[in-house]
Amino acid sequence: MTVFIIRRLLQALLVVFMMSVIVFFGVNIIGDPVYMLVSPDADQADIEAAISRLGLDRPILEQYWLFLKGAAQGDLGNSFIFGEPALKLILHHMPATMELAFSALILAIVIGIPLGLFAGLYPDSGISKGIMAASILGFSLPTFWVGLMLIMLFAVELRWVPATGRGDLGTLLGIHSSLFTLDGLSHIFLPALNLALLKISLAIRLTRAGVREAMGLDYVKYARAKGLSTRRIILVHVMKNIMIPVVTVMGLEFGSLIGFSVVTETIFAWPGMGKLLIDAILQLDRPVVVAYLMIIVLFFVLINLIVDILYSILDPRVRLQDQGA
Amino acid sequence: MTDTATDPALSSSLPAKVETPFQRFRAEFFESRIATGALAVFLIIVLLAVLAPWITPQNPYDLAQVSVMDGRLPPGSESFDGYTMWLGSDGSGRDLYSAILYGLRISLTVGLASGVIALLIGMAIGLIAAYAGGRIEAIIMRIVDLQLSFPASLVALMMVAALGKGVDKIIFALVIAQWAYYARTVRATAMVERGKEYVEAAQCLGISRFRIVFRHILPNCMAPLIVVGTVQTASAISLEATLSFLGVGLPQTEPSIGVLIANGFEYMLSGRYWISVFPGLALLLTVVSINLVGDHLRDVLNPRLKK
Repeated sequence: MTVFIIRRLLQALLVVFMMSVIVFFGVNIIGDPVYMLVSPDADQADIEAAISRLGLDRPILEQYWLFLKGAAQGDLGNSFIFGEPALKLILHHMPATMELAFSALILAIVIGIPLGLFAGLYPDSGISKGIMAASILGFSLPTFWVGLMLIMLFAVELRWVPATGRGDLGTLLGIHSSLFTLDGLSHIFLPALNLALLKISLAIRLTRAGVREAMGLDYVKYARAKGLSTRRIILVHVMKNIMIPVVTVMGLEFGSLIGFSVVTETIFAWPGMGKLLIDAILQLDRPVVVAYLMIIVLFFVLINLIVDILYSILDPRVRLQDQGA
Repeated sequence: MTDTATDPALSSSLPAKVETPFQRFRAEFFESRIATGALAVFLIIVLLAVLAPWITPQNPYDLAQVSVMDGRLPPGSESFDGYTMWLGSDGSGRDLYSAILYGLRISLTVGLASGVIALLIGMAIGLIAAYAGGRIEAIIMRIVDLQLSFPASLVALMMVAALGKGVDKIIFALVIAQWAYYARTVRATAMVERGKEYVEAAQCLGISRFRIVFRHILPNCMAPLIVVGTVQTASAISLEATLSFLGVGLPQTEPSIGVLIANGFEYMLSGRYWISVFPGLALLLTVVSINLVGDHLRDVLNPRLKK
């Protein structure tokens, strides 16, 4: 187990390193950020001063070496636009993204599981077929388009909730979040719903499959024979058994929620990491792009590692060594 | 053909009638009304996109034909040149119906091109893994697993962040994001096929391994490849639209459906819904129809579901 974890961490480092090479040399090919930074009437001396200030006058290999040296010490460079450390900027935007991803996860569980339960218990009912059709749509509709439709319906036509921004932040137990004020909640509703759609579909399908399988098993028949009410069988016995895999899988989807939040944040002008990335790409703010991608890759590798370890604990048949290095 | 479509069980029980696999496949495919309808919708979309220059009132990217006077007209308005803009016009006065058909050309080209290239590359790599076995296979499959642990959208975003805008770069990014799905599929199917009797028979005949893999195993891997190919192509189209919408995909000079939707976004909050909504519907029809066809193909081509 320990060997497995160490090997995987080494592998993670290798992935992050390769990614940094691709992105670092890639971003150096496209566009010249200097012209986005100096004023249009700057003369040649100003431009050269800016270039040397950003360290762009050095050979690319030397730039990369300096970057690696900094990265090893936790310094991923300064943002060209804001002049602040890229890492600090990203960490500053991280809570907003986490809050959005977390809300989406909760929404997916709260909406998806009851719908999936219904569809699993009454597979032939018209409502169930409607639920399943909706879940297929949830899988195939592009997230950004659904986001636009949500804005149009709820924010422009009905005017129930605002379309953009994060709203007032409240503080509870030292955490600043939109979740603690009414205004904040009204702001987070649409983006969270948009981000949750894919996961709602996933929760519906997982729960439905789990329920349909469980209803035919012996322990349910036995509970029936014992004379337990259907309500008790479903809510206590069946739910207990299917909740473990469903909640595990949903929890594991947290990483992809953070990945997908790039789209949702841009549509709803949500000030999180994803929007920071898109802005950075558009403004050729290389250090922020590189830092974001390195952090997100590290994040994913860690989540996958935790997944594998969790699976091996939940299911002893899974042997970690087999998947090795 | 109609009677086989209505009752394949009957036709297969009649030994007198010889049916080629393709005929059986065709009959089974058209059994589903939804899939047939979806295929029809998709073919119509492709046809409209191909014929765009001949069936639209203007070329939306010929500046001489576009008038700023026509900007942001609601659907059904009459343009400056006298034709009716059934779907309205966008911010710079382009007829949306024309812009959508021209946009579909770009979206479909990017989606199909990246789908085909990713299929060929993924297929080759997957087959090499199955053919070589041992260490090479282990290394290839480890890379595939590693890549599949990241969402395709994130991989594509990473690639465009490193490469910049442009049709060629988007196709490259989509290929990088998707080849692993094909490689995994081909290798998994090839592994199953490798253990079958016909392969054993071919080996006994002394046919070279290379020939067995490419001439005997590969044709039997086509079914799952086609299914994955349809679904991945739909997702490539959708991914390109997403990237273009975010402003990191195609530039304004290559206005795909995603670019059109992005352009309309700024007008949406002021209630001019049509600039974003109609291109969005076109995208939706395309993606959903391909997905429905792919979904049904999976059922038809899956031997385990054979009646």
